Amino acid sequence: MKKNYYLFNPGRLSRKDNTLKFVPVDEEGQEQKPRFLPVEGVSDLYVFGSLDANSALYNFLGKKQIAVHFFDYYENYTGSFMPRDYLLAGKVQIAQTRAYLRKSRRLGLAQAFIEGASFNMLKNLQYYQSRQKDLSAEIDTIQSLRSQISGAQDVSALMGVEGNIRQVYYQAFDAILKDFSMPGRTKRPPQDEINALISFGNMMCYSGCLRAIHHTQLNPTISFLHEPGYRRYSLALDLAEIFKPILVDRVIFKLINKQMIKEKDFDRQLNRCLLKDSGKKSFIQAYEQRLGETIHHRVLKKKVSYGHLIKLECYKLIKDILGEQPYKPFKIWW
Amino acid sequence: MIITGTHINYYHVCKRELWLFANGIQMEHTSELVGEGKLIHEYAYPQRSEKYSEIELDGIKIDYYDAKNKIVHEIKKSDKVEKAHSWQVKYYLFVLEKKGITGVKGILEYPTLRLREEIELQEDDRLYLQKIMQEIETICRQEAMPPRIGKKICRACSYYDFCWSGEEP
Repeated sequence: MKKNYYLFNPGRLSRKDNTLKFVPVDEEGQEQKPRFLPVEGVSDLYVFGSLDANSALYNFLGKKQIAVHFFDYYENYTGSFMPRDYLLAGKVQIAQTRAYLRKSRRLGLAQAFIEGASFNMLKNLQYYQSRQKDLSAEIDTIQSLRSQISGAQDVSALMGVEGNIRQVYYQAFDAILKDFSMPGRTKRPPQDEINALISFGNMMCYSGCLRAIHHTQLNPTISFLHEPGYRRYSLALDLAEIFKPILVDRVIFKLINKQMIKEKDFDRQLNRCLLKDSGKKSFIQAYEQRLGETIHHRVLKKKVSYGHLIKLECYKLIKDILGEQPYKPFKIWW
Repeated sequence: MIITGTHINYYHVCKRELWLFANGIQMEHTSELVGEGKLIHEYAYPQRSEKYSEIELDGIKIDYYDAKNKIVHEIKKSDKVEKAHSWQVKYYLFVLEKKGITGVKGILEYPTLRLREEIELQEDDRLYLQKIMQEIETICRQEAMPPRIGKKICRACSYYDFCWSGEEP
């Protein structure tokens, strides 16, 4: 199984014979002992520190189908180095565009994404409800909001419903989380610890979805719920909706409630709150663990990891746009 | 349409696999079994120099052609779909023949099973291949993908997750 690698330290990554060599650099610019990353075992590289690299390295990474995702100092996602598309299928591309252009099909898929996303959010709340947190008001509200999904006349109305659901959902976080409070969702920049975690986690989920899409014949720029953007891989945003509650939020609840992440892991300033490296590391560790956890898939009748579920979602989408089997969103069933 | 050995092979295993493959929906890169097969190719016969013996013509790619003895070698991992393998080799012989290279024999090799099988092209085979080449074209050009076959072999197929993914009703 290939793994994601996260580079926090500044340093130089290079091709060394047929593998990867990373030489970290300390604060005085002194080179440290090199580390070797086995190239066959690398899925993606996530770069948080500053990285020196040359084109020979990128050529090599491109050949090995390894993507590199970059994040700025404020941990915003800034972009990715994507290997050349190697899975091109004209038929899928045309069918995907056609599905987008037909209003009813686009809306149907968009509804499915919200349907799945809100179901998974509800599952999170129900889990904590069963553990003596009083969330019945939020659960009831979300349930009634969910009934509006199928009636939405267009995608913007649907986005409105989604926004309302999400607002109620985030309100419930205060009751779920110990010791921390979140007055509401804030972005760019996040204002408090929980928002910092949500932003960071959502971005991880987004880049993971992008990668899964890249390994299939889907075009990441043609999306159904989000407006197809010319700078964003908006299909990854569509897919991420379904997985954020399962992958990101659950990890946040665990990290906070088990005190695996604390006040000192955040850098709190007047108008923003960011994760320190220690905080990012704790999050990523728990997140990766989550991706690797397996469940017995009741349709495939075999063990499947949480990470692989994203790929399966892409397959279902391909089958829908090719007209074989209507897409049904992944809903957590346990 | 260019018909490769893979098309002939898949035709005998699963029409859906054939259609997906021909329409660019490929999954081999995700399959560990396929990776294993590649390794076997690379390491099974180190004494054979690839550079001088791999041949490509009319869309077919022959692993190892022994020009001196006029033998086409095809390496496979397991003999689970033996019939498909032998038709693949026969197709190679057929294409070579059309190019004027006659009297060629084939050998199917299963290095991990320590098995090999000789293949010859018979008169009926030529007719059969011609017939299925047309059928392959028809299948690949059809709009909808053929249904899943639902056999034991599906489990080992690189398309398994694609074909069988879904949600319970």
